[in-house]
Amino acid sequence: MGKRIVVPFGPQHPVLPEPIHLDLVLEDERVIEAIPSIGYIHRGLESLVTKRDYKNYVFVAERICGICSFIHSSGYCQGIEAVMEIDVPLRAQYLRVFWSELSRMHSHLLWLGCYADSFGFENLFMNAWRIRESVLDIMEETSGGRVIQGSCKVGGVRRDVSNTRLREIVRSLETIETQITELTEVFLNDSTVMHRTKGVGVLSESDAWKLGAAGPTLRGSGIKSDIRTTGYGAYEFLKMKPVVHHGGDCYARCMVRADELHSSIDLIRQVSDQIPDTEIEVKVTGGPNGEYFSRVEQPRGEAVHYVKGDGSKNLVRHRVRTPTCANIPPLLTMLAGCDLSDVPVIVLSIDPCISCTER
Amino acid sequence: MSYITKSPWIIHYDASSCNGCDIEVLASLTPLYDVERFGIINTGNPKHADIFLITGSVNEQNKEIVQNIYAQMPEPKVVVAIGICASSGGVFRECYNVMGGVDKVIPVDVYVLGCAARPESIIDGVVKGLAVLEERQTALKEGRSIERKVVEVNRSAGKAESANESEVSL
Ligand code: SF4
Repeated sequence: MGKRIVVPFGPQHPVLPEPIHLDLVLEDERVIEAIPSIGYIHRGLESLVTKRDYKNYVFVAERICGICSFIHSSGYCQGIEAVMEIDVPLRAQYLRVFWSELSRMHSHLLWLGCYADSFGFENLFMNAWRIRESVLDIMEETSGGRVIQGSCKVGGVRRDVSNTRLREIVRSLETIETQITELTEVFLNDSTVMHRTKGVGVLSESDAWKLGAAGPTLRGSGIKSDIRTTGYGAYEFLKMKPVVHHGGDCYARCMVRADELHSSIDLIRQVSDQIPDTEIEVKVTGGPNGEYFSRVEQPRGEAVHYVKGDGSKNLVRHRVRTPTCANIPPLLTMLAGCDLSDVPVIVLSIDPCISCTER
Repeated sequence: MSYITKSPWIIHYDASSCNGCDIEVLASLTPLYDVERFGIINTGNPKHADIFLITGSVNEQNKEIVQNIYAQMPEPKVVVAIGICASSGGVFRECYNVMGGVDKVIPVDVYVLGCAARPESIIDGVVKGLAVLEERQTALKEGRSIERKVVEVNRSAGKAESANESEVSL
């Protein structure tokens, strides 16, 4: 048995786009325990809700995280709309699904890239991000922004996408889908990649359940849970099956995300087929009075937005519970007992989004 | 701009940003924008870096790390603040845990505006930074002291304006 040493991992680390700090207690090359410390990105933006008009606050809610920005803003709006009992026009709800699914695609492609980078496969990283750019192009063209869109507002959406354009987008997604299939082929069948991911960072089904994992981390451990199946917004009218895999290792989590890329494309296709011609927004007057828990499915799992208002222009409280926050305890379980060289792969496998976690 | 003699390497650190600008920094390294063709490489080691790209408004816990990275970089060095957050605090300016722009903790040479800053603007900012770097290199060679003056990159490179600009009340 070797001597115990502590190796600091982060906050500034090449594989991490964002800072999180882990103290890794090592015995030889084996990690015995990982002790996290967070707070590097804490801004305290929830408190801004008392200083900003609840309609303007949508922009702050969107900036909780730049990757799943649209879904955060729609989660917040959904909460306010429920409190104020606003009937959001159907077309707006479908457009929200459209942008949410595009966000999911760009987030998963981004993740696939960073994940490839974590085991040193730079070429794959570049390829994933190349495909991601075509998704971002659609995003920019339809909403006006690449990563921060600002197209969601209380009572609907800010921009419309014509039906013809939607059909064209669905056609261009076909090309993207072939590229994605080629890309995920490497992640799922290449022996070098499999060697680094299969059986690494295993999270058993019972642990995943007990520790409250969320999103692909949970579904990769064989538990069927996807907030989209509860049918919020226009998901009610769309057909989708949650993607579940049973391995519980990094490979299974990668498989979940790879399959979700296809299910997102399928959802966008359904949106374009079914979208009704209605208004895209309703006029909102007055202030929210009451409270609501709004749940949405982020690329990383379930996010909960709690809003509470007292009838004035400013809310009393806004609280967000984000998926990465839920996934940190499972991460620590996965890290205990792994090799030092596998740490970046395992950390990346939960798709950590620290901006969300710390807000 | 004259040619500089050495490929500039960059280091990137996220000092409490929302991630939007970070992924745009990474996007400028990838095939569509590809700054690597100019020899610009993203390194994880401050001792190898010439240009420090920093996103987000600094908070108390980050302050020391930012200063630490800056101190470890050898002269000549350039700091590029990316996004409105890093320039002035942006949307988060009134948050209790935000100190404001990066220039509160380290000297900044180039400010890249935009929320999120577009990859085109980021590349523009880095190119402006190269000119500063070149000037400092000459100054060091000639034994002069290094002057720090500020350049600003506007957000004109984008194709489409973001929909929300007029409505954000800051
Ligand atoms: S400038 Fe905007 S996009 Fe960039 S980090 Fe700040 S809030 Fe996010």
